[in-house]
Amino acid sequence: MKFKGKVHKFGNDINTDEIIPARYLNTSDPKELAAHCMEDADPKFVNKAAAGDIIVGGENFGCGSSREHAPIAIKAFGISCIIAKSFARIFYRNAINIGLPIFTSAEAAEELKSGDKVEVDAAKGEILRSGKKKHFKSEVFPKFLNKMILSGGLMGYAKKRIKKLKN
Amino acid sequence: MGHTVTEKILLSHTKGLKSIAPGDFIMANVDICLGNDVTSPIAIKEFRELGLSKVFNNKRVVLVPDHFLPAKDMRSANQARILKDFAEEFKIENYFELGDMGVEHALLPERGLVLPGDLMIGADSHTCTHGAVGVFATGVGSTDLAFAMAFGECWLKVPETIKIVFTGKPRKWVGGKDLILKVIADLGVSGALYKALEFEGDALQYLDMDDRFSICNMAVEAGAKNGIIPADKITEKYVKAAIKKYKPARKSFKAVKSDKGAVYSEVREYNVSKLEPFVASPNLPSNGKPVSSYKNVKVDQVVVGSCTNGRISDMKIAASVLKGKKVNPGVRLIVIPATQDVYADAVKEGYAEIFVKAGGTFCTPSCGPCLGGHMGILFEGEVAVATTNRNFVGRMGHPKSLIYLANPAIAAASAVKGCIAHPSEI
Repeated sequence: MKFKGKVHKFGNDINTDEIIPARYLNTSDPKELAAHCMEDADPKFVNKAAAGDIIVGGENFGCGSSREHAPIAIKAFGISCIIAKSFARIFYRNAINIGLPIFTSAEAAEELKSGDKVEVDAAKGEILRSGKKKHFKSEVFPKFLNKMILSGGLMGYAKKRIKKLKN
Repeated sequence: MGHTVTEKILLSHTKGLKSIAPGDFIMANVDICLGNDVTSPIAIKEFRELGLSKVFNNKRVVLVPDHFLPAKDMRSANQARILKDFAEEFKIENYFELGDMGVEHALLPERGLVLPGDLMIGADSHTCTHGAVGVFATGVGSTDLAFAMAFGECWLKVPETIKIVFTGKPRKWVGGKDLILKVIADLGVSGALYKALEFEGDALQYLDMDDRFSICNMAVEAGAKNGIIPADKITEKYVKAAIKKYKPARKSFKAVKSDKGAVYSEVREYNVSKLEPFVASPNLPSNGKPVSSYKNVKVDQVVVGSCTNGRISDMKIAASVLKGKKVNPGVRLIVIPATQDVYADAVKEGYAEIFVKAGGTFCTPSCGPCLGGHMGILFEGEVAVATTNRNFVGRMGHPKSLIYLANPAIAAASAVKGCIAHPSEI
């Protein structure tokens, strides 16, 4: 899979309260959550960003609560992928489980700036910044997780497993 | 080579696995899986899409609508309803309706539902709290919960362990909350990322279960996968009493300890007798500093409660500070016992009367204001001292409000003085 979009840069420790505040957690509707995506990190984000754009974070992206509403909001908004120096563990597993592409690359996360136009090749684990032309490498998923991602996330894997049991 | 308690529990819960090492990916069997009214609706929707006629074990799925109940609005009532209907349809034994409901991470141990040696997952980041019972307990997402409800399994990466050794005897007014705030101040909010935090040391003899729950509760705030205190005599006494009172389906357990030759990524030692109460300033739980370093920090609201410090010992400590005193005019004191048992005991012991006579509120169990849900939301510019676990931007309400995290004694003293205070100052 390949992604192409404009970067929106954030700092370290972007937490799930900022990504989707609790005042919106009385719903799990993706469209409603998308409307408040990143609201307490940047109240203007939903106006600035467009579908296909890329979020770039620092260390520990998605720390805090386990709320799956956080990657759901980001995915439903249309963000194509997230690049960060590191991901908090529950956000990491939630993103993989729901099929929101995430890439760990300290170099890319450090050098990319808001407004940069970036292309990501998921299969190769490569991030390319157009214009200033620089290649970054992202960490590759372990085989165990790749299998799940290719099944369409955890529920895709679950459905395959149930089908196997039935046959 | 020896194994840590975390590695041992993960190994014993994974079919066909003969050895285990940090970095391994496993599909582990789950003893207990948990969800609340915010996280379960998504899990339930996904579970239903699998078309299964039953959950893996209707005694092992626990649903607790603790976040937004009593229903704060129609949507929250709907979310709670989704849990109730699912519990009825799939015969979920451990569904806790309002009136029986309590804050999930205080409720489950109280009811004897988590036992030493268990592997537990919960769709709530503070699931790590249950590590205080010698359990591998970790927070996961709603989709993980759906998968666990279907198969009784969860994918996990085996973590390295950081060992934290507490020695000495804590001073008066210093408890589990202060110890963990100090540890997180040193580690930072991602210092234990993907790792297990194992707590040991001779100071544990002075830390009761409520202190231990506070410690393990905040392991996630250092980025940890789990926090764990290997079960000892104090743990076993607590668990046996819970089993005797509540007669859960599972009554036997086997405590697990780390091997002598276990390998740790690092070991940190703390002489707790040297520690003062700690307070973490906005906007990160890692901003802990001794309480004496805060001068004239004016306070609008004080919250005593939550899965961190809402248990009976916390009520007792807060009441002992507030006895015979009055809450400062202009300060709102909100006391929320974490479960109905804690509520009833606090009334019986006279703590509730102390809170009310002092000019504070005494509320029904709920997560309430901790996550900015209800029962005490902050407006722009307001400052709170809370016995909760997070002080991120907007955590308790307005993005321009501020939260200081503290233990119940500091919270109570601050309510009286009107600014961050130690009990000796009032």
